[in-house]
Amino acid sequence: MTYDAGHYDVIVVGAGHAGVEAGLAAARRGAKTLMLSLNLDLVAFMPCNPSIGGPAKGIVVREVDALGGAMGKVIDKTHIQMRLLNTRKGPAVRALRAQADKPLYIKEMKRVLESQENLTMKQAMVEKVLVEDDQVKGVVTETKAAYYAPTVIITTGTFMRGRVIIGDLSYESGPNNQRSTVTLSEQLEELGIEMVRFKTGTPMRVNSRTIDYSKTEIQPGEEEPRSFSYETTEFITDQIPCWLTYTNEETHRIINENLGLSAMYSGAIKGTGPRYCPSIEDKIVRFNDKPRHQVFLEPEGRDTEEVYVQGMSTSMPESVQYEMMRTVPGLENAEIMRSGYAIEYDSVVPTQLWPTLELKKISGLFTAGQLNGTSGYEEAAGQGLMAGINAAAKALDLDPLVLDRSQGYIGVMIDDLVTKGTNEPYRLLTSRAEFRLMLRHDNADLRLTEIGYQHGLIPEDRYERFQEKKRLIEEEKKRLDKVILKETEEVQAVIEEAGGSALKDAIRAIDLLKRPEMKYEHIERVTPSDVSLPADVKEQVEIQIKYAGYIKKAVEQIDRMKKMETKKIPENIDYDAINGLATEARDRLKKVRPLSVGQASRVSGVNPADVSILLVYIEQGNIARVSGE
Amino acid sequence: METDTITAISTPMGEGAIAIVRLSGPEAVSISARLFQGKDLNEVQSHTMHYGKIIDPETGEMAEEVMVSVMRAPKTFTREDIVEINCHGGLVSVNRVLEIILASGARLAEPGEFTKRAFLNGRIDLSQAEAVMDLIRAKTDRAMNVALKQMDGRLSRLIQNLRQQLLETLAHVEVNIDYPEYDDVEEMSHEMMNEKTKAVLEEINRILDTARQGKILREGLGTAIIGRPNVGKSSLMNALVHENKAIVTEVPGTTRDVIEEYVNVRGVPLRLIDTAGIRETEDIVERIGVERSRQVLKEADLILYVLNYGDEFNEDDEQLLEAIQDMNVIVIINKTDLDQKLDIERLKKLAGEHPVVTTALIKEEGIDQLEEAIAGTFFEGDLDAGDMTYVSNVRHVQLLKQAKQALEDARNGMEMGVPLDVVQIDVTRTWEILGEIIGDTVHDSLIDQLFSQFCLGK
Repeated sequence: MTYDAGHYDVIVVGAGHAGVEAGLAAARRGAKTLMLSLNLDLVAFMPCNPSIGGPAKGIVVREVDALGGAMGKVIDKTHIQMRLLNTRKGPAVRALRAQADKPLYIKEMKRVLESQENLTMKQAMVEKVLVEDDQVKGVVTETKAAYYAPTVIITTGTFMRGRVIIGDLSYESGPNNQRSTVTLSEQLEELGIEMVRFKTGTPMRVNSRTIDYSKTEIQPGEEEPRSFSYETTEFITDQIPCWLTYTNEETHRIINENLGLSAMYSGAIKGTGPRYCPSIEDKIVRFNDKPRHQVFLEPEGRDTEEVYVQGMSTSMPESVQYEMMRTVPGLENAEIMRSGYAIEYDSVVPTQLWPTLELKKISGLFTAGQLNGTSGYEEAAGQGLMAGINAAAKALDLDPLVLDRSQGYIGVMIDDLVTKGTNEPYRLLTSRAEFRLMLRHDNADLRLTEIGYQHGLIPEDRYERFQEKKRLIEEEKKRLDKVILKETEEVQAVIEEAGGSALKDAIRAIDLLKRPEMKYEHIERVTPSDVSLPADVKEQVEIQIKYAGYIKKAVEQIDRMKKMETKKIPENIDYDAINGLATEARDRLKKVRPLSVGQASRVSGVNPADVSILLVYIEQGNIARVSGE
Repeated sequence: METDTITAISTPMGEGAIAIVRLSGPEAVSISARLFQGKDLNEVQSHTMHYGKIIDPETGEMAEEVMVSVMRAPKTFTREDIVEINCHGGLVSVNRVLEIILASGARLAEPGEFTKRAFLNGRIDLSQAEAVMDLIRAKTDRAMNVALKQMDGRLSRLIQNLRQQLLETLAHVEVNIDYPEYDDVEEMSHEMMNEKTKAVLEEINRILDTARQGKILREGLGTAIIGRPNVGKSSLMNALVHENKAIVTEVPGTTRDVIEEYVNVRGVPLRLIDTAGIRETEDIVERIGVERSRQVLKEADLILYVLNYGDEFNEDDEQLLEAIQDMNVIVIINKTDLDQKLDIERLKKLAGEHPVVTTALIKEEGIDQLEEAIAGTFFEGDLDAGDMTYVSNVRHVQLLKQAKQALEDARNGMEMGVPLDVVQIDVTRTWEILGEIIGDTVHDSLIDQLFSQFCLGK
């Protein structure tokens, strides 16, 4: 028998990177929120690499921040190293990456969660979801506590029927020997939710005191103060380095000889692993002509000796792990503190979700994070945030929020998941975004703060600061458009110094800045602004002016895309009634049930003729309604 | 309301007395007006028809004599501005007009798109919606069949090859972006990108060049046989016709009843112009007068100029040779079985670059050399008919031109010092457009390429 343990607006099951953002966002929107975690000491735990950010992913962290999320602020306070990547490339692909202090990250996130209004945290194993007439009612824990709510967000990551595999050893478990959850997965299947088996893995952690760093190359951080959050004002400049070493032919020989023992190759693993995160045995099999592979040694924190051996993810038996690892320069005497392992888990086929991340089959039930077939902390955080926003919206009858592909990587990711699905754990890459130039790391706040504010995720004072920043950018752009620079000695000297060719005539400051070699700092020297502008304002002015041509082209493309996005498909559309749709298109559309013609056009197997036919069919309905009135 | 202007040939493909190119959309009138020599179409009243010429803005040459109907919204089939350009029948002229319109800012209509617009703009009755959807489906299937048939297997492979080259380049840039620490590959530089895109651009240009030749293959190389009376013009024609399989077609409804003969000479189809005239009078110049013959000569792609070996080179010959100096000419010295009276040295000097062939047609001598010369003129000596790839479908040509434009944008960007990840936008576009030609628009292949080309991961 269960007991009534309380009533909430939103219940979040799990407190990983998806769960914490979901809980925080829901609570911030004003929903009375309950967060249930297996182990309260391990909220926002990083079971794999000790780092956050990187290309595309780092931009997601900033998007999460611009929508009021916590990941950026927490890593800003707890990193051991931060770098801006791709600085020599264009602005669209720059991204921050931080090496995390894992234990500190957990501690700080727990503090944030505990201080969040409207949010209750409890340690519990959820046994099942309460569902009546395809409507979620709450959850029941294994201690028979029944919590009631109109919306539930499941963010159980790799815990769903998780199975850890090391060589021929295999046991039911979530990451880091936590208990896996079996009943929940079984219940989802009973409810008719299609699940798929995925696999991922992690390398060994070794003791820093047993590494001979003299045989490796140092990978220092940057002194420059950097932060993910637009709100961070205190910076950690005391940086801890990572180290680089390589595998060699001896390593590869050992792996090849022991391939049969690897769970990946012995047939013990049934799940599909990600191509972008292969185990070391995968790399050697698939790219056998490569003489060596990079191995990065990444500290897991300031107050721990554990070091993450990036590049050696493996499901080999422990003895082989030792043997191959010790052929790597610097690791000859390294002691493994935790073995590498592969983990298999159930995930939800994400085309069963609406773009709000609510399951189409069960009203009020949301899923987010690795459970939806993604991998990566940032991907999880982005989904968790959106699920939290939308679950709260559903419970409190507020506006839902769906970002489109031109608004953020979060929008790209969720659209990909719910429209195309994925046949391997999904990772964000910059090439997944067709409007990469618009989805920059420097403009995430300009893209999303307004939206965050409208949805009650951004406090008033932050919104005011944002408005001020926007105003400064616009005014400075206007000013540079008006300033005419004459070919004076001073101007020519600055141009020469920048490596450009001398002016023949007077030029508008804005046009001079468009020259490839000119930067804002050059322009500023010949025509300084009356007000002192913060660095991020100057950066915006420079990027927006320099890439104006490309940005304009992208905006036109986006406008065309949006036209198709605004053509809504009625929820009750009967695809069988539409003559002329190709069979494959009909089947896919019935499954995905896209909300707009734009989304329909991205469903695989739907060709332009099918889109035209769909459009005509929908218009026919609209005309019929108008004439029927 | 749609914002772009679409165009297509709206009469059935094939021979007909007239063919109509239709434009629909906000710029239908202004685009037509820019190309039209005659009244200013921007000023004419709605639902009126006007005589004039379509001028190719690139060359300034006349493309076609036309009648143009201007119909302004909303009382039109699509409820948008519509212009219909009536051209002479025959694929050549109507395709030429279509190409010029496409180059001037209109987009090639999708199958059934006029009807779709008519429907979406409320022009077609609701009860016909079903029919509209059927029409789109039927026309799409047919257009796809036609396009596939028109696409040579070699062309398809060539495009796939270009796409693969671009894809590898794109993946290379992507790996630099998404895996900045990946050390197995040199960082893509502007120089490397420049080289890769240059190779692809040259290949696209080469394929586009074959569009012209492909058209000739379809339509035949307009060939005129000229020369003074009694030099052996009709023997030459008979020789070509008898040597090769000839298809004789009646072309009714044109100004004169001309019999055109198609012969296939070593893979080069010749359309022998005014052969009836030759047969009747033996002398085209005599029969239709010098002015008209010049006109005929102007329209010809190839001129076979026949001289008599046993006759002196006179002033008439000199004038004629001068008149055709800038054209594709093969000089044929016939009747070598007679005693020589022709000053061959002088002739060769006047003929300049044009090939000179000697024959004795009556004895069937020299025909091989002549055929070789004809084939050589067409294939410009460096191309073997068997290796040629032809692009002929208007849609394919249009897409290739767009691909070329996108790639040129990319190269301009590089020249301006734009970072490669931004240049990448235009390279990706090129790749996508080329994909449309062969019906492959799956975006995920870049990611597949990334992971098969590079060993990535943590």
